[in-house]
Amino acid sequence: MIYHPHLRISSAWAFLAPALLLIAVFFFLPIFAALLLSFTDFDIYALGDLDRLRFIGFSNYLQLLQSPLFWTALGNTFYFVIVGGPLSVAVSLGAALLVNAPLTRFPGFFRAAFFLPVVTTLVAVAVVWRYLYHPRYGLLNYLLSLAGVDPIDWLGDPDWAMPAIILMAVWKNFGFNMIIFIAGLQNIPTQLYEAARIDGAGAWRQFRYITLPLLGPTFLFVALMTMIGYFQVFAEPYVMTQGGPANRTLSVVLLMYEEGFRWWNMGYASAVAFVLFALILAGTLLQLKLRQREPS
Amino acid sequence: MNRLINRLLPALWYSLLALGLLLTLTPLWWMIAASLMPPGEATSYPPRLWPSAMTFEHYRALFTRLDLARYLLNSTLLASAVTLISLLINSMAGYAFAKFRFRGRDRLFQSLLAALVIPAQVAMLPLFLLLKQFGLINTYGGVIIPGMASIFGIFLIRQYLLAIPDSLLDAARMDGASEFRIYWSLVLPLCRPILVTLGIFTFMGTWNDFMWPLIVLTDSAMQTLPVALANLLGEHVQDTELMMAGSVLTVLPVMLLFVVLQRYYIAGIMLGGIKG
Repeated sequence: MIYHPHLRISSAWAFLAPALLLIAVFFFLPIFAALLLSFTDFDIYALGDLDRLRFIGFSNYLQLLQSPLFWTALGNTFYFVIVGGPLSVAVSLGAALLVNAPLTRFPGFFRAAFFLPVVTTLVAVAVVWRYLYHPRYGLLNYLLSLAGVDPIDWLGDPDWAMPAIILMAVWKNFGFNMIIFIAGLQNIPTQLYEAARIDGAGAWRQFRYITLPLLGPTFLFVALMTMIGYFQVFAEPYVMTQGGPANRTLSVVLLMYEEGFRWWNMGYASAVAFVLFALILAGTLLQLKLRQREPS
Repeated sequence: MNRLINRLLPALWYSLLALGLLLTLTPLWWMIAASLMPPGEATSYPPRLWPSAMTFEHYRALFTRLDLARYLLNSTLLASAVTLISLLINSMAGYAFAKFRFRGRDRLFQSLLAALVIPAQVAMLPLFLLLKQFGLINTYGGVIIPGMASIFGIFLIRQYLLAIPDSLLDAARMDGASEFRIYWSLVLPLCRPILVTLGIFTFMGTWNDFMWPLIVLTDSAMQTLPVALANLLGEHVQDTELMMAGSVLTVLPVMLLFVVLQRYYIAGIMLGGIKG
């Protein structure tokens, strides 16, 4: 080699420096600061004058645990994750199986069409769905009325608001996971299916004993990513319901936004953010653990 | 019996596909149709799926009365700037992780990947305070600077470059080319497909982003299209046709980008999905 190894090492750091510096200053430093902030009473007065800032230990967290609003937001977010997440994954898998089947001609067309909602702007389509959900003029209630169903006040009824938001969210993002499932399906060797067919296995048994097990790693990835994303739900309730009716669609991130950027209770809001982080971390570890225990 | 199933199955299969298509596209179809309807027609009952007479007056109102051109410009400018700058910075870092050997490299990369579990919202409160210190609230910089480097972008470039043989780069090194020259005139051209992919991801991500621009761009002249649209809803919620025109305007640029470059986009998801 003509060039000097130490020269290469220093140029490696030169290539890395801009990215690492930016990520350190604008991501890791704020994360660390958020942790500190969550132990302070940072509020609108501290925003003007930092001398008013005090360390208050775990008070924010204790206050949080005693706040009914926080528990409501937590319950709503879990509702969204536990119902919306699996529903979204199931629809994605169904769409992937449909599009990927040998029976389907023009799979590229269907794939692109099902994917279209993913590339749309969430705020814009949330606005569109607000009108589709309109109790009097909305398309959805009109279609239901053809089947004899009475009009539903989708976004105004406390019991229907969250299901309505979930439905919209699933419509918006099932296409993303569909693409990943299609990639997973295409990685399964076709010889396996041929061998199964020779052994007389029907379509269901082929699906149950070949497709599903071999899709395992894809499934884990999709489930994890969907869960992490769904825990962060914000724009849908912000645009469609503002957290209402009766706080039934208030999510944890929406609560954090309201507390932090509307009332400037930044210490308290940081504690909310860290609870969200802890939940996502716990959910991730739990899913990884469950996967490991499962016999392959 | 089997013959019957073989005849019926395709029909059943295609009706399922058609149903899926209908459910997926109807909201988008209605959005476009309603944006072209005369005032009041989108709230007629039963709902119409096609305008009785096509009009562009709502689009005209968006640009004359409501100054949406300003937000369109803001969104275009911000998304383009973040895309170009972050492509440069992420590709440099991805190149270093893929093709240089230095102590602590793998551990550093692993810890960056692990940080992907941290939700971005956790950083937002202190980030706001930090940018306030720098005087970047209500400036384009407040959106651009935190978006200039991304862990996912570095990851994508690294994965792509790992598959490219070192011998190619070594040959250039033997010829005495400087490291930066190798990166600029050899590595970057080699990365073209993945740069296009990452570029689309970044552009769409920035264009569609809502929460951070909402927080950092409080002055109405600085706002992006999604934020402006959400504000518009507050004042014009009764103006269904106008709101739909605003939605079409927000969605159309990214949809066109996807339709033109979908090959790259979908390849990128598969790359990120399988190897991640």
